[in-house]
Order: sequence, then C-alpha cells, then structure tokens
Amino acid sequence: MASDPYITLEDVVFSRNGRPIFDGVSLSIPKGKITAIMGPSGTGKTTLLRLIGGQLKPDRGRVVVAGESVPELGRSALYRLREKMGMLFQSGALFTDLSVFENVAFPLRIHTRLPEDMIRDVVLMKLEAVGLRGARELMPAQLSGGMTRRVALARSIALDPELIMYDEPFAGQDPIAMGVLVKLIRDLNGAMGLTSVLVSHDVPESLSICHYACIVADGRVIGEGSPEQLRQHPSEQVQQFLHGYPDGPVPFHYPAPAARADWDICEVSS
Amino acid sequence: MIDRIARIGRSGLEVARSFGRSGLFLAGVLAGFPRTSAGFALLVRQLYAIGVLSLAIIVVSGLFIGMVLALQGYTILSDYGSEDAIGQMIALTLVRELGPVVTALLFAGRAGSALTAEIGLMKATEQLSSMEMMGVDPLRQVVAPRLWGGFLAMPLLAMIFSSVGIWGGKLVGVDWLGVFEGSFWGNMQASVEFLDDVMNGVIKSIVFGFVCTWIAVFQGYDCVPTSAGISSATTKTVVYSSLAVLGLDFVLTAVMFGSF
Repeated sequence: MASDPYITLEDVVFSRNGRPIFDGVSLSIPKGKITAIMGPSGTGKTTLLRLIGGQLKPDRGRVVVAGESVPELGRSALYRLREKMGMLFQSGALFTDLSVFENVAFPLRIHTRLPEDMIRDVVLMKLEAVGLRGARELMPAQLSGGMTRRVALARSIALDPELIMYDEPFAGQDPIAMGVLVKLIRDLNGAMGLTSVLVSHDVPESLSICHYACIVADGRVIGEGSPEQLRQHPSEQVQQFLHGYPDGPVPFHYPAPAARADWDICEVSS
Repeated sequence: MIDRIARIGRSGLEVARSFGRSGLFLAGVLAGFPRTSAGFALLVRQLYAIGVLSLAIIVVSGLFIGMVLALQGYTILSDYGSEDAIGQMIALTLVRELGPVVTALLFAGRAGSALTAEIGLMKATEQLSSMEMMGVDPLRQVVAPRLWGGFLAMPLLAMIFSSVGIWGGKLVGVDWLGVFEGSFWGNMQASVEFLDDVMNGVIKSIVFGFVCTWIAVFQGYDCVPTSAGISSATTKTVVYSSLAVLGLDFVLTAVMFGSF
C-alpha cells in the first residue's frame, strides 16, 4: 500500500451475544483514498464501521484512527475525534422533525459558533455539492431514498471531516440514484482529500471507484488489494463473491440433517 | 426443577442489569442539564410538548373528577347534615391524593408513552447513532431536555389539575346543589394547610414526575430498535409508571401523613 494508513485494525476480535463476528481481523486503510470493504450480508461490515467509530469496543485487538486508539479514548476525547469523521448511514438517518436545511445545519450549529448568515452559506454550498440546493425547504418525508442519502451525505461533510464512512450507500437504489452516489463519492473524495471507507456488497460499483478493497467473510479478511489484484485473487471464495456464483465455498444449501432423515426414506433392500 | 430455578435466576439477573443500566443512564442524563441558550431552547420546546400539549387532558379530567367528587361527597355528607364540608373534602382529596396521582397516571399515558415512542423510533431509524457519529451526545441533546421537561411540567400539571378540580366541585356543589358558597370556600380555607397539604402534594407530584419521565426516556433509549420492540417499550412505560406511582404514593403518604 503506497499511502500512510489513516485507520489501522490489528488482530481485532469481536463477538456479540456469544456469537463471534470477527476473529483476528487486521486491516490498514490508506489516507486520502477510497477503500471498499465488501462481503456477504451478515458478515459484520457495518459492525466494522461501528468499531472504527467507537460505537462498539472490540473484545481484543487495536483500532487506531488518526493516530488515536479508539477503544481507549474517554467519552469527550471520542466525541472530539468523531468531529473529524462523517458517516453516511444506510437509512440516511435524517432527523425527521427538521427540514433538509436544518439537518445539514445541525452539526454546524452544535460544533461551531458561526453566525447565521455564514451557516446559511455553508449549508447551501454543501447542498449544492450533492445537487439538492433547491430541496432545502423540504422535510425528510418528502424525499426519495436517493435524495435522502444525498442530504445525509451533505450533512456528513458539513464539518469538512477527514474521514467519511459509507454504510451500504447503494443498497436499494435505482440505477440513476446509484450513478449519482458513485459520482458523489468519487468527486467528494478527490475534491476534499477525504479518506473514504465504503462498506457495500455491490461489487461493480464499489470496485469502479475504490483504490483499495478487501473482502470480509467468516470473521476474517479473505482477500485484499487493488481492484485489479482482487479480480486476479486465487481464492475460490473471493471469486465466488465477486462473480456471484450460487454455489462454491459458500454452499447453496444451509447445513441440514440428511435428507433421508427428514423425508423418512427407507433404503430398499434388493 | 433446576431449570426453573435457573430461569428465575436469569430473570433476576436481567432485572438487576436493567436497574444498573437505568442508574448509569440517569447519571449521564442528569449531568446533561441544559446550560447553554441552545440547551435552554430545547428544554422550552420539551416543556411545550410534554406540558402544554398535556393540558387538555389534564384540565378535562380534573374538571370531571372535581364534579364527581362533589356529587358523591354531597350524597354522603348530606346524610349527616354536613354538606357544608364539601369544599374541604374536595380540596383535601385533590391536593393530597388525586391531583398528584391521577395527573401522574394521565401523564404516563399521554406524555410518557409519547416520549418512549419518540426516542425508540429515533433509535430504530439510527438518528441517535448518527448524532453520536457527529460528535453529539444524544443523552445531552435528546434525553436530558425531555427528562428535565417532564420533571418540571408534572408538578405544574398537578397544580392545574387540583385547581380545575376544585372549580368543578364548586360548579356542582355550590352552583347546582346549592351548598352555601361562604361555607364551601371558608371550610376549605380553614382546613387546608399550605405546608402539610399543598406542599406535600407538590412533593408527591415532583417525585411522580421524575419517576415517570425517567421510566419513559429509559424505556425509549433501551428498547429493541424494531417496531415490536418500540411497542413493548411503550407498554412497559405505561405499566411500570402506573405501578411505580401507586406504590410510591403509598410510601409517601405513609411518610407524610402516617404519624398517627
């Protein structure tokens, strides 16, 4: 990896309700690049983002963001670190009682002492960046799914963060909305010099914009590298995921007792 | 048998854990008392949502309860020729007991359930998580103004309930049934003590307000973030608050008026 790591995970072990999620995950996320974390549903991709953001603590291992060990930070230090982070949630997570304008203004009003006219200018600039300056008066309930995510994106970049994390940004989007989001993620990363972490299972879209990618499955990283390196990866499990083969190392059938036992089939003696 | 004991033990541990969580939660929220002008604005907004919007149900209930008390009291007291004491009876019943208790029960049903559902829905739609990721503590931003709003609104609502109830009693007792107005107000004035009756009622309503709002915001914050989880948390808010109010009412009454 050419660039310095902005995020480092070392031998991270995490379990929830006794179920192991990560069993020794190590990962370096380069500064100023787009890194895609991919993997099948339910493998803990969103959990990984929550570990990076300090919303969850690992059972073991280190999570270092911008040189700070996240699990060891106190409450106020963690909240200060989060001011450098933006996160786009899968649902958008807009505040339903605030207008589009007020949603984007929210972090500015809390964390800065900017005068009202400057807040207005900043909010309109952020909304312009996502193409929704004209939607400033709308309420979240009046937005489509794609627009909701674009507003949430404008809100997450309101404080000009160093890091932005995208949780399944393409899930459930129509092709146009997906194209818009792909363009925005790429453009914002370039224009703002962000470190972007993209969690997704949409392989073509993710690989088309990321500089670096890794695939998480069975509680560990099963493949990582540039998109090209990943396409050439020798692991059958990686190839099955990238190409969406229905059967392979991840079997089509969920483990089940023998069919003979379930259907009460007797062996016919000759 | 062993399984049953283990199940009881598990339930006990879960209850203890829940108490522990709610205690830690309360400590975090109390530390978040609004100190800035923005925090004060949030508190005022919650006072409006919790207090002002509960006024209609409090006023109507207080009016009818006062009227019913007057009717029942008149029926019983007139048997002994003591219908003049009706003002005293209505005032003491409302100020000492029914004001704080019924207001708290109505508060739990109207404002408490709304608080739980609102916070639970914010949790389910990741609004609380997104706040955390913006470096904003939801305990300070969302929960603390609601807890302090409920804590402040409840005694005021109880006072309004008792006042309207007394007026309703006067409407029935004096204006309809013909009790002498001088006796109605005079007996009330002579028998209701400010410290022993009014202040004890206010203390009760402060305690009830605190407990009901604490239960409501904790249930919302701690709920399972699904529609079934929010529904269950809302039910728990009403049930736990009602039981807590009735149980605490007995304890407080025993402490305040139990020196026989």
